[in-house]
Amino acid sequence: MRVGLFVTCVNDTLYPRTGQAVVTLLERLGVRVDFPMEQSCCGQPLFNTGYRHETEPLMLRYGAAFRDHDYVVTPSGSCAAMVRDNYPRLAAKAAAEGRGDELSEVAAAAVAKTYELTEFLVDVLGVTDVGAYFPHTVTYHPTCHGLRVLGLGDRPRRLLEQVKGLELRELAGAEECCGFGGTFAVKNPAVSAAMGSDKARAATATGAQAVCAVDNSCLMHIGGILSREGSAVRPVHIAEVLAGEEGDLR
Amino acid sequence: MSSGRKGRHVGSATGPSDQADGGSLGRPHSATYLGMPAFPQAAAVSTRDSRLRSNLRHATHTIRAKRAQAVAELADWDRLRSAGAAIKDRTLRHLDHYLVQLEESVTRAGGRVHWAADAAEANRIVTELVRATGETEVVKVKSMTTQEIGLNEALERAGIHAYETDLAELIVQLGDDLPSHILVPAIHRNRGEIRDIFRDRMANWGRPAPEGLSDRSADLAEAARLHLREKFLRAKVGVSGANFMVAETGTLVIVESEGNGRMCLTLPETLISVVGIEKVVPTWRDLEVFLQTLPRSSTAERMNPYTSMWTGTTDGDGPRFFHLVLLDNGRTDTLADQVGRQALRCIRCSACLNVCPVYERAGGHAYGSPYPGPIGAILTPQLRGLASPLEESLPYASSLCGACFEVCPVAIDIPEVLVHLRERVVEGGVVTLRGTRTVIKPARRHRAERAMMRAARWTFDHPGALRHGQRLLSRTRGLLPGRLPGPGRAWTDTRELPDVPAESFRDWWARTRGDAT
Repeated sequence: MRVGLFVTCVNDTLYPRTGQAVVTLLERLGVRVDFPMEQSCCGQPLFNTGYRHETEPLMLRYGAAFRDHDYVVTPSGSCAAMVRDNYPRLAAKAAAEGRGDELSEVAAAAVAKTYELTEFLVDVLGVTDVGAYFPHTVTYHPTCHGLRVLGLGDRPRRLLEQVKGLELRELAGAEECCGFGGTFAVKNPAVSAAMGSDKARAATATGAQAVCAVDNSCLMHIGGILSREGSAVRPVHIAEVLAGEEGDLR
Repeated sequence: MSSGRKGRHVGSATGPSDQADGGSLGRPHSATYLGMPAFPQAAAVSTRDSRLRSNLRHATHTIRAKRAQAVAELADWDRLRSAGAAIKDRTLRHLDHYLVQLEESVTRAGGRVHWAADAAEANRIVTELVRATGETEVVKVKSMTTQEIGLNEALERAGIHAYETDLAELIVQLGDDLPSHILVPAIHRNRGEIRDIFRDRMANWGRPAPEGLSDRSADLAEAARLHLREKFLRAKVGVSGANFMVAETGTLVIVESEGNGRMCLTLPETLISVVGIEKVVPTWRDLEVFLQTLPRSSTAERMNPYTSMWTGTTDGDGPRFFHLVLLDNGRTDTLADQVGRQALRCIRCSACLNVCPVYERAGGHAYGSPYPGPIGAILTPQLRGLASPLEESLPYASSLCGACFEVCPVAIDIPEVLVHLRERVVEGGVVTLRGTRTVIKPARRHRAERAMMRAARWTFDHPGALRHGQRLLSRTRGLLPGRLPGPGRAWTDTRELPDVPAESFRDWWARTRGDAT
């Protein structure tokens, strides 16, 4: 089984620790991963802002980078959702414009093999206890695309519940959007910040040390507000929690 | 469009906020949607209004929880939802057929059907119909379509006074305000504000509010009852919309909570209903599906208190003259768009508003139309076209969180349509405007953004360049200011920037794992 890591542009550039955690975690579970260097961005920021035609080259690039892989694993609910939900839409529109079905083939292959990290762990590897140790109190924020587009359900929670030393705290209004929304964060900064503030307040109210999610983009927004507001809660990607081991200096 | 749904009684779970902090009448309103600012500017102001935020939070969270319960009671909810979507899609595919069938049925039952291509034509038809009766007053059932076309203002210009009789619409009308919610137009008002509006304004419109009016729900409801009763008993002309029109029999249907609608539908001699063409359903069997999904989605009730149905005219019972004005006003253009047309399935339940985190913070007025919230963000730009900066901004008034799609009882994939409309804004493309296929150009104000997006695409499509960029960022990370200038302020005004790592993931991989792939 050949597994490719799609690290995502946000993690690649700003959160390499998350990518490293995925590698550590999967290798600990006996899965060899490769990282095709020709990968870059799934195109989500462009597509969701309306630049469909600018997105197509990036979709082709994704298809080519992972052409020979059986599985693509990504530590991002929204990038996985971009591939699974929007690539077929892009392909259908291109076909309707009479531009053949190259994109349709790319989309079909990408949809079939792309998994968000927690899906891959639970559904493909069939594990919920990944042998992790994370001696902290954590609250979990289910990010929108993971929750409502991918339907991750309780997979992330089931994984977190098995982590040694971890105490999970309930987040009030957990399923409400944090207000990041990609370019929404800067196109509608007032509403985005108002939503983020409410989320940050809920996270702080749990008394947890960390707020955990499957998307660093949402965590960048929540964390940016938490630190501006002087909260002690720090954002942490679920991969970093699950990669933790006894003896780690975390 | 034509929603006959009523606002609930003051103080009820879905009504205006129970909070009673009173105070002044608050925001001044010009009572017109014309010339309103784009969404981000309007929302920047409304999100700072703490009373509005608190009123909306209270009201939307209450109804949100109740809707979830009401829906969870039905084991076949998902199938009802699919059936509703399928019925609407099938009807819209054969809309020409069902509208003609409807016209025949209504005519056969003693009604008269008028066709209005746009708001101006509909307003002209209604004005002439009222004039022909010799009356100068009409009583109105709560109706989204007549809000959409600005009927009250058009009638006023012709010297005809239109009285809103839905409690929440009455509050809005008396307050010289605009509706901010489809179901509960005065959702932005709390009981204290409503008491002040009644006390200060009722006398200008008819029977004044009782002396010493309190802000208790029952007292407010009684004041409205006394005020409206005069109007019901005097009115010779009623104006309504409709929730549904059944083509096979020509029957119109209005579901409501207060019973004021029924007064307007039965007491006057003449009834004029202005209904969007997408409200037709072929048969009573089709109607049955929506009579299950609409109340649960809307007021979280198993069944709404009043369901009025009328078929043409009946001797000795109800209005003697019935006119149906079928309104297009951008609907046929919307139907021509393969992705956007699903917006025409909407049954105006407002479930999407009640779950929307953006609506909850920004409030309904920021959407610049009687259709606020997620459905407004996809409906307004389609019905009006991308006519101004406001319409261009609406598809962006969403974080694409998908809560709206999840609760929609006719499965409108609102995020999909939002992104589709964003594409129309920034890339242009083919649209249908007043029946003509037209290629529209990308919106001008997005020129700088477009250049940035192209540059981003180029960089992402050249991983070598991406890597250089990442290294440059890492090397200069100590120089990044905490607050960015220019457009970057939109982020750093309220949020810290993330720390830039010393090394990107791809550099780490190359260094530790070799550049094998």
